[in-house]
Amino acid sequence: MTAVRRLGAALAPPAVAVLIALAITALLLTVLGVDALTALRALVDFGGSAQGQANQLRTLLTGAVPLFLAGVAVSVAFRMNLFNIGVEGQYRVAAVCAAYVGGELALPMPLHVLVIVLVAMLAGAAYAAVPAVLKVTRGVNEVITTIMLNSIAVGLAAYLVAGPFRDSTAGEGGNPTTRPLGESARLPGFQDSFLLLGLQPPTRPVTGFIVVAVVVGVVVALLVSRTRFGFELRASGANPTAAVASGIPAKAMVLRAMLLSGALAGLVGLPELLSEDYSYGTSFTSGLGFTGIAVALLGRNSVPGIAVAALLFSFLDRAGPSLETQGIPPSVSTIIQGTVVLTVVVVNEVAARLLARREDRRVRGRTEPAAVPAAAAQQGEGRA
Amino acid sequence: MTVDTSERTAVPAAPRRRLSRGRVLLLSVAGVVLLLSLTRVVTGADVLTSSGTAGALLVLALPIALAGLGGLIAERAGVVNIGLEGMLILGTWGAGWAGFQWGPWAALLAAVVGGALGGLLHAVATVTFGVNHIISGVAINLLAAGFVRFLSELFLVGRSGGGATQSASIVGSVPRVSLPVLSSGPDLLGRLEATRVPVLADLGGLLGGLTRDVSVFQVAAVLLFPLVGWMLWRTRLGLRWRSSGEAPTAAETLGVDVVRIRYLAVTLSGALAGFGGLFLVLFAGRYIEGQTGGRGYIGLAAMIFGNWRPGGLLSGSLLFGFTDALRLRAPDAVIALLLLVAVVLLVLAVVSFVRHRRVATVLAGATGVVALLGWLLLDSLPLQVVATTPYIVTLVVLAVASQSLRPPRAAGLPYRRGQA
Repeated sequence: MTAVRRLGAALAPPAVAVLIALAITALLLTVLGVDALTALRALVDFGGSAQGQANQLRTLLTGAVPLFLAGVAVSVAFRMNLFNIGVEGQYRVAAVCAAYVGGELALPMPLHVLVIVLVAMLAGAAYAAVPAVLKVTRGVNEVITTIMLNSIAVGLAAYLVAGPFRDSTAGEGGNPTTRPLGESARLPGFQDSFLLLGLQPPTRPVTGFIVVAVVVGVVVALLVSRTRFGFELRASGANPTAAVASGIPAKAMVLRAMLLSGALAGLVGLPELLSEDYSYGTSFTSGLGFTGIAVALLGRNSVPGIAVAALLFSFLDRAGPSLETQGIPPSVSTIIQGTVVLTVVVVNEVAARLLARREDRRVRGRTEPAAVPAAAAQQGEGRA
Repeated sequence: MTVDTSERTAVPAAPRRRLSRGRVLLLSVAGVVLLLSLTRVVTGADVLTSSGTAGALLVLALPIALAGLGGLIAERAGVVNIGLEGMLILGTWGAGWAGFQWGPWAALLAAVVGGALGGLLHAVATVTFGVNHIISGVAINLLAAGFVRFLSELFLVGRSGGGATQSASIVGSVPRVSLPVLSSGPDLLGRLEATRVPVLADLGGLLGGLTRDVSVFQVAAVLLFPLVGWMLWRTRLGLRWRSSGEAPTAAETLGVDVVRIRYLAVTLSGALAGFGGLFLVLFAGRYIEGQTGGRGYIGLAAMIFGNWRPGGLLSGSLLFGFTDALRLRAPDAVIALLLLVAVVLLVLAVVSFVRHRRVATVLAGATGVVALLGWLLLDSLPLQVVATTPYIVTLVVLAVASQSLRPPRAAGLPYRRGQA
């Protein structure tokens, strides 16, 4: 009973928010003269053919992986009320470093990928260390430093890829990139495994990094809910004063949370690097860090929630082409994403207030009848 | 450590002579001109203080400064506005959409309204629903970016050559003015610039560039800064405004309508950011997706850099605008900036040393020496690195001076009516 209720309480606000967001978007579309029903139909349309459906499923899964990783990275810092707006810069710096190291090295298969993953996590953590150290030693707000560092990362990555990290074997012409990864660093994907589920294999494989994402998700979930570090993280976020009073080192926690967040952010660019582009160039996807913030908000900082949110965002992104064929601007999916996030945070707040009010009433209902006679009795005694 | 404290207790704090605000302003302007002049003479990069650079500086600094002013009035009322970037984006779209059809005045109106709508949304979320200010701002930035693409696809595609990512060219032009005698007609400042005498020529170039052939919109935007300063620190409304940002519950008990002031502040904040967006559109001649390039965030940084005061904010914006202007106009001269940065940081290091701030001294000193070495050893800087200079300088300034910054006390904190 309570488990069902708790699950309901956890799922109801986001579900309500998604419905409200859809309603607002539909209203907006109608006002602007776009057929909302056609748009909705196009959103859920996976195409008629088995091959097309498999391909769309592949796009959905592949797109969700980096969003999930970015969301998890943001959520770790969010847990203790640290706003790591800098996931964007952290994954960019991590991707260019990992691409360079991976391209220049030649190692056997599992080791090569492992080295790339480690380099990415280290680079991400190192870049996140800057705002963490500034916050701990100088008291500078991490929001503004991470924003500055995002801009610096753009310049830094562009400089690295055009200068020291540039593929020296390629000619002078063309856009600069790092040296492409060797075969031993190219992650195999899931393609024929679709047959096991009774589906047509998609034309291109689902990124193998999805396994890493699942592992990361499980590890982070356990870390936050089952370890001492996780407890201290949540305690520092819920009530910093109480946390410090009970002996949790506030500064060390800021450092640890930011470094972990940065290390996870380092993974965000890897699906693209290891199973699609195989090098870092000017066309490397940007903006995943910012979307990651939205995903973390939508998932309410819980790992399963973030997974659902990442799938939802990827689901909406995937609908772009099918919206276009219906003559509807593909950016409808972006609008729904933005509206969903805004409604989710508002609904969360309203739900929290309602809950607090109900709790208040419950507590009062329990104490008042007992308290009033007692007070009256006391008064009576005094008079007597 | 012990030596440090004993020294501090041994020497009684001498009463520090306070300079009047006007003198501080004059002194700092003089210092900047001197510094620029020195750098120009040493490096031979005349472009540093040419009137062309000054003109470009005004164009590039205003969007940042206006976004920062928006952030300032919102935070002074107690609401942190990270959503400025989104409001800037809404402003640019509005300006582009109205501008290619009805000219610059309609563009002004649409930009301000677009930004204000974004601000209103932020006010509803943060003030009425009590959503965390940063979360709401981030969400608005995401929403705005998607929303303008959608609007472009509906209202710009195929109209006089517009597309999904840009509008058609703005029609008409904005009236432009110059200072009589000084920068037009006899053009005394222009003649001063031509003399190439240190300091005088620099003054002529900078002042001439800032006063020659500027649009009335720019004049209005610059006037907004003293206006906001006067409103916030010299009027009754301003006192209420700032008290909402310092101690909203106390203000409430004294009868200030904190909610109404915050709504006003955040909506106006968006309107100012939208106005800033107009300048980007007028500069490019059209709306182009992504033309804000994170300037809303930079405006926020400029505001913090300027310690939540209009004058400081304006100087911060000029710093960003100056690097931008140099990068665009004379990439070769940018290396001269390193010397400038080095001098500023070393001065900062000396000041910190005198005030017994060890970490700050080391931080500022080390970066200053690196900048100096860079200027001495490098022939040119890669452009990508140059683009990051203002951000790095801001980071260093924040790291060195964060203890002396004083944000409005209640900015970003949850507040509900009736808590008092």
